[in-house]
Amino acid sequence: MPEVFEILGKRRIAPKVTEMLIYAPYIAKSTQAGQFVIVIPDEYGERIPLTLVDWSRDKGWIKLVFLEVGVSTIKLGLKRIGDRVYHVVGPLGNPSKIDYYGKVLLIGKEVANAALYPIARELKLKGNYIVAAIGARSSSALVYEDELKSVCNEVYISTDDGSKGFKGYVSQLVDELLRRNPHYDIAWIMGPAPMMKECSKVIKKYDIKAYARLNSLMVCGMGMCGACRVRVRGSVKFTCIDGPEFNAHEIEWDELINRLNMYREDEKKALQILLSKIKR
Amino acid sequence: MVKVRPRVPIPKRPIDERIRDFNEVVIGYDKKQAIEEANRCLQCPSKPCVKGCPIGVDIPRFIKFIRNHEFEKAYRVLIEKCPMPAITGRVCPQERQCEKECILAKLGQPIAIGALKRFISDWAQAQGLEKVSQEEKSRIQRGRKIAVVGSGPSGIVVALDLARLGYEVTMFEALHKPGGVLVYGIPEFRLPKKIVDEELKYLEELGVEIKLGIVVGRTITLYQLLDEYDAVFIGTGASHPRFLNIPGENLNNIYSANEFLVRVNLMKAYMFPIYDTPIHVGKRTAIIGAGNTAMDAARTAVRLGANEVYVLYRRTRREMPARLEEIINAEEEGVKFIFLVQPIEFIGSGKVESVKLMKMKLGGPDHTGRPKPIPTGDIIEFPTDVVINAIGFHPNPLIPRTTPKLKTDNKGRIMTDQFGRTSIKRVYAGGDVVIGEGTVIEAMGQGRKVAKTIHLDLLRS
Repeated sequence: MPEVFEILGKRRIAPKVTEMLIYAPYIAKSTQAGQFVIVIPDEYGERIPLTLVDWSRDKGWIKLVFLEVGVSTIKLGLKRIGDRVYHVVGPLGNPSKIDYYGKVLLIGKEVANAALYPIARELKLKGNYIVAAIGARSSSALVYEDELKSVCNEVYISTDDGSKGFKGYVSQLVDELLRRNPHYDIAWIMGPAPMMKECSKVIKKYDIKAYARLNSLMVCGMGMCGACRVRVRGSVKFTCIDGPEFNAHEIEWDELINRLNMYREDEKKALQILLSKIKR
Repeated sequence: MVKVRPRVPIPKRPIDERIRDFNEVVIGYDKKQAIEEANRCLQCPSKPCVKGCPIGVDIPRFIKFIRNHEFEKAYRVLIEKCPMPAITGRVCPQERQCEKECILAKLGQPIAIGALKRFISDWAQAQGLEKVSQEEKSRIQRGRKIAVVGSGPSGIVVALDLARLGYEVTMFEALHKPGGVLVYGIPEFRLPKKIVDEELKYLEELGVEIKLGIVVGRTITLYQLLDEYDAVFIGTGASHPRFLNIPGENLNNIYSANEFLVRVNLMKAYMFPIYDTPIHVGKRTAIIGAGNTAMDAARTAVRLGANEVYVLYRRTRREMPARLEEIINAEEEGVKFIFLVQPIEFIGSGKVESVKLMKMKLGGPDHTGRPKPIPTGDIIEFPTDVVINAIGFHPNPLIPRTTPKLKTDNKGRIMTDQFGRTSIKRVYAGGDVVIGEGTVIEAMGQGRKVAKTIHLDLLRS
């Protein structure tokens, strides 16, 4: 039997993007699509939220996909198979509202494409017709294309540099798709906040309801601290217990983007220290 | 007029030293001082102090043992009623409880009951005294199973009391460390985490299992717990921060007190970048509110290096809800107070730069009996670069939201009968999730009462 929070598997799926299997039977047992966990990589670590991409109730594992971009994700990525993650708690957040809608548009960018997967899978089981529009800076940064193709009816790809599929931003790809056929019953958007803001603008033109999955900064993940607060339809909500998905057209995006940058200087400083340690 | 000797002063570290670190401020009595202070006790037969204690510690008896140099006996008297005296001796608002009722309070200064309690507890910890005798441990027969949700003050007492009665108790804690508010909320300089860890060993001694990182309502539902356990106690506290609902509240560098304190206490942000969690502390930090949490936040900001720390409060010093000792500590450490002001708007581009304050005046008593603050119409602008909002908490809504049958009132508090029974059979609740915002000792007192109810109900079933 593996230890709780033991890393069972690890795979690099794109430059700086890691897929990790962690033994967490309690969490695997109760996870539903759209939920997330808080991970503390080591005893000095921060509490960071990561989306639950997949899970096995029988085998007791959960699957996370993350971009190694800051101190916490780099530390997590340095762990090897057989190592233990210091702490994982979850599943947290409300599950996605999985239902039969008809025709669904799923929009993602880079590492967030992996977060689309569990939602796509469950929506498919409900009999929805699913179209995915996924993007990346470049074809090398594109993840979860095959996984999404296995559960979606149509998958469209955009890259900022044109190395694969449509050349341009994913919001431009979505605009193109909707211009051709605007008949969608609902959409989900996942990715960096500025990209979600742009996509929301595009979708709104076509009067389609959309959920955006927010990636607010978090500490507790369970409604205690309010670090993740966001204004939705004018009132303050906590991403952790009221979200993480909200009506995309009601989110105050600029405020969210501003809050996401709150610790940018501190993060840079901590990262430099970590990188100099790794080099040594 | 009877002449009363003054209280033996409780030693504290010098101000300019203590504001530079997070180590404990109060040093506490040594043996000689404790005995000298204990000698001031009149040993009144009516024991008014006991009536002032929410958990009914036999105060004159333990003081008598201190006087007689019988420290172990004093300790046994203490823990008969108070399971974690090293904690309550440090954080109880004694001036409103036991010490308020002390006869000497009427004649001069009351006995320093809190400091004596702390002295005995620290002495016992240093001796490595176990709270439960081997004999008692071997007597305990494990029987029916109890789930305790939350490992804060009320849950601790429920777990201990029921474990001693022979129940098999499992505690579920959502965070990665046990202790609830004792660990994430109350700062190191007021309650060292080493002391909390030592006191939590009591749970271990009694065979209580603590499961960390389990969020009841998410990881496991209340109904699933009921399938596995004979009774469930909910002691999840009041940890959901309230906001002012005024413009600009989501600007950067505006924290809830809980976020600020969780970052510093639980995540050790004061040691950033050794620890990874960052924190911002301003040149001019403003704390809103004047309870214990506000004092903790203000004194934490001082230690993090804020140049100026202000407490903004809508009433006056007299109405401040914080413990007197903490107010004095804050004042000594250079925290400044602005009374009769209420924030109405935060201003800044990206980051907070100032707060607009409505000047208030005091009117007639409100429903709490305190004079009601009334806006005067005068508005001032107060420049600040970090704001910590400590206006209070609601109970955490997670369990009620995921358990629709569990009745709550309009403030989100779980409704119980006077014995702690909720609207769901075999589910009990106590502490701040029921009373709103109380003190550590009040939550412990409630836990004791509910543990008794659970025991009696299970005997009958």
